[in-house]
Amino acid sequence: MAKLDKLQGSLDLLVLKVLSRRAPLHGYAIMTAIEQISDEVLRVEEGSLYPALHRLEEAGVIRAQWITRENGKRARVYGLTARGRRQLASEEARWTEITGAVQRVLKLA
Amino acid sequence: MSWITHFANLFRQRRLHDELEEELASHIDEAVERGRSAAEARRAFGGALRYREQSRDLKLLPWLDALASDVVFGWRQLNKRRAASAAAILSLALAIGATTAVFRLVDAVLLRTLPVAEPERLSFLTTRLIDREGRPDYRDDFDYPTFRKYRDLVADRADLMVVGIAARQDAMFPSSDEPEKIKRQFVSGNVFGVFGLQPALGRLLTPHDDATPGAHPVAVLTYEFWTRRFSRDPNVVGKNFRIGNDRFEIVGVAPKGFIGTEPGELTDVFVPAMMNAQAINSPGWSWFRIWMRPKPGWTPEQVRQPLQAEFLRDHEERVKSFDADTPRQVIDRYMSQILALMPAAEGASDLQKQYRRPLLILGVLVALVLLVASVNVGNLQTAQAAARAREMALRVSIGAGRWRLIQLVLVESALLAALASALGALFASWTAPFIISMLRMPEDPVRIVLNAGWREVAFGVALALFVTLLFGLAPALRASAVSPVNALKGGEDPHSRRPLMNGLLAAQMAFCVLVQFVAGLFVTTFQRLSTRPLGFSHEHVLAMGVSARTEHPVGTWMQAAEELRQTPGVEAVYLAIWPLLCGDGWTSNVRAPGHPIEARSPYFLGVSAGFIETMRIALLDGRDFRPGDTGPRLSGPGKPVPGVGIVNEAFARTYFDGQNPVGKRVDVSQEKDALAPMEIVGYVHDAAYRDLRERIRPTVYVPLGARSSSTFLVRTAGNPMALAPVLRRRFSETRSDFRVRTIQPQSNFVRWHLLRERLLAALSSFFAIVALVLAAVGLYGVLNYSVTQRLREIGIRMALGASSAQVVRRVTAGLMGMVGLGLLIGLAGGVACGRFVEGLLFDVKSTDPGAVVAPLLTLLGAALLAAVPPAIRAVQVDPAQTLRSE
Repeated sequence: MAKLDKLQGSLDLLVLKVLSRRAPLHGYAIMTAIEQISDEVLRVEEGSLYPALHRLEEAGVIRAQWITRENGKRARVYGLTARGRRQLASEEARWTEITGAVQRVLKLA
Repeated sequence: MSWITHFANLFRQRRLHDELEEELASHIDEAVERGRSAAEARRAFGGALRYREQSRDLKLLPWLDALASDVVFGWRQLNKRRAASAAAILSLALAIGATTAVFRLVDAVLLRTLPVAEPERLSFLTTRLIDREGRPDYRDDFDYPTFRKYRDLVADRADLMVVGIAARQDAMFPSSDEPEKIKRQFVSGNVFGVFGLQPALGRLLTPHDDATPGAHPVAVLTYEFWTRRFSRDPNVVGKNFRIGNDRFEIVGVAPKGFIGTEPGELTDVFVPAMMNAQAINSPGWSWFRIWMRPKPGWTPEQVRQPLQAEFLRDHEERVKSFDADTPRQVIDRYMSQILALMPAAEGASDLQKQYRRPLLILGVLVALVLLVASVNVGNLQTAQAAARAREMALRVSIGAGRWRLIQLVLVESALLAALASALGALFASWTAPFIISMLRMPEDPVRIVLNAGWREVAFGVALALFVTLLFGLAPALRASAVSPVNALKGGEDPHSRRPLMNGLLAAQMAFCVLVQFVAGLFVTTFQRLSTRPLGFSHEHVLAMGVSARTEHPVGTWMQAAEELRQTPGVEAVYLAIWPLLCGDGWTSNVRAPGHPIEARSPYFLGVSAGFIETMRIALLDGRDFRPGDTGPRLSGPGKPVPGVGIVNEAFARTYFDGQNPVGKRVDVSQEKDALAPMEIVGYVHDAAYRDLRERIRPTVYVPLGARSSSTFLVRTAGNPMALAPVLRRRFSETRSDFRVRTIQPQSNFVRWHLLRERLLAALSSFFAIVALVLAAVGLYGVLNYSVTQRLREIGIRMALGASSAQVVRRVTAGLMGMVGLGLLIGLAGGVACGRFVEGLLFDVKSTDPGAVVAPLLTLLGAALLAAVPPAIRAVQVDPAQTLRSE
């Protein structure tokens, strides 16, 4: 299983993407979502996820709020902001462009 | 996130931390719910600590964190060299404290705006004139008839107000039998309205309270007096008090903060100007200031012009009453007077007039002392920075940015400045009242509200910032510019010069010598003035000012004097119209045979027989007055009546070429072109009359006539003030129609003339001593540092056979050159600025060789003394040891 830190910048992108579809989610849910969708190919480290979440929050791309869950415990859930949506769109485009370019190089070189 | 949130985060750290903790816990819970073991879930987090640090780092402004560690590190640095830091902080605290104290004073006396509506549109009327010494001066006292005339003249253009001069009065309150001293101020009815003030209690004065002379016995208290005397009794309105024969009813309390219009005085009660009934129609009863606020649409100049025209007409009228043979010069000087407006936003008081320049000069001196102290600390920091070059180089090598290093050193400077400011504030809170007590006589002290609130705090903060940058910036830049290669290799280029340190040293010397120079001038002035011969003896003499309800012939006064003489401890009692040096004066024109009128007419003083003897004025020839002697005067229908007089040496010099004038006759002007002859019966030694600074002028003593007020001069065997209560009581028992107004030792009048000089001499010499010590310490520090820096070089030179003298010269020459340069610049500056202090000097000039040489020698001496220990250290360098240690 690949560690996401190895692919620079990809963690932010995946977090934003997941949040754009299923928000609001808490940290654990984001983590498991990425792992499940990628068929456990991509593994998110807790030690990277939370700093990333807080960094994105500082940047105003996502927003957090405390909710009380059914079991009475509090959880911190995250959702996208308008700026987050814009950033996701541009990051996605960039990602596609780069991976396409890498593909081409792999094929044609 | 803005920096504000960052900053707020700093204070929310605790909460932030808890939130992170909770989020982490909730994550683990979730994992456990999904079937993972708690231990494994926790392990998956890796170093939880690392996670927390990383997450939190995002929330905290990194430099704030760094700042905190810089403060800790800076504190450790200061602590490490405790002696040097303590010296730096103390010297800086002294300078900051003195600066703050002087600022508080300058602010309270000169800068603070009155708490009234549109203070910047207020101004007061002055008469600009050239005084007898030929210097520009102004008067701001006017009489009521002039006010009335002016007010009516510009009624459509401006509001003119009477703002009386605050005067101490004996007031009787029903609650006590003893009279209390209060400050009363007459104001016209429109003052409170124009000032836009609202009463704190009751009502304020209105124009209706100021309509008929003597008919409005109402008074408004200041908030401060209401608090002090009545403990803010809400029922004070309606109560009464008595001043002289007038019973006033209290109608209200002025708003808090309005303490009158004269910085230096706290007014206690305001009463309508009309209650000064005898002044209303008395030309020459000049105890009022006239304030003005133009009506909308008019400029101050448009108000001044019609007043100036009237002023000129009035002067032309008055010149006509001068004697026909009045010298041209006197008339010209009189006619050159103009009516001018001065801004009244900061109030108007005699204290301002008297102390404006002295306070500014003290401010400059104290700022120079602060600069001297700052340079010291700056040099200390520079030396430290250089000594820490390796540490800095190491920091640069492992990636510290330039700004980071600047911050490191600046934080240390700021710490120093903050500590010094705190100490300085303490020092200032003690010195400011002390300085204030020196401004005036203890019987009538200056009263100032000192705590200016935010202004003082702002000044303190600005000063600390300024000082930090002043002494911290250069070392900080220097430290940050360190070159790691050189520094780590074992020292900087041995030939590197220290232009900054040298320049600072020269500047320090210049500032210091300037302070010495000015202080020298003031001390000399005080010394010359206080030791100048007075010509009379003021020891053991009590001056008792007495007024009567009606005019009494001199016989009655002498009888009262005789009664006082019976008191045990009293040696002699005689009379004069007022005491010598009390500030009052009376002049009249004198014509001697074959001698024109002098431009400066002689002084006259009415005295009783025995006065000359009581005051110990030496009688050179002739006789003292005898009972029955009378002065020259006009009888009822204007017929001259001859009289006798006693004259001084200056009189004989001026009118009789220095020959003994006894038996000679002169004519004394009584009214315009009306003379009365006077025979000179006595010839006495010169004695000061009105002003200590004045050259002794021709003076004529004439026999006392019938009067309603006089001064008893009581010569006592012991301490004169000890007798004051006895005499006062005796007087009130035997003479119910006489009232004792003041009792003071004659020596007070002498001291009174020396107050300003004493203050300037005391404070400036204190500053001079501080500056001298600081400069000497600074020079020592720099020399010592330079020896340390060049130990290797000195060692090599000595190993190669340099003599001690050569080494000493080598080490000190450059710096001593700087000292010399600084001294020259400072002295040149002093002489150039001499004009600014000239008016405050007596019998000494800024260009006197003594004034220039004394500070030069003092500082050279101090410089040599400071240079000795480092020089000895340089000579004692052991070449073998020094070179081996490298």
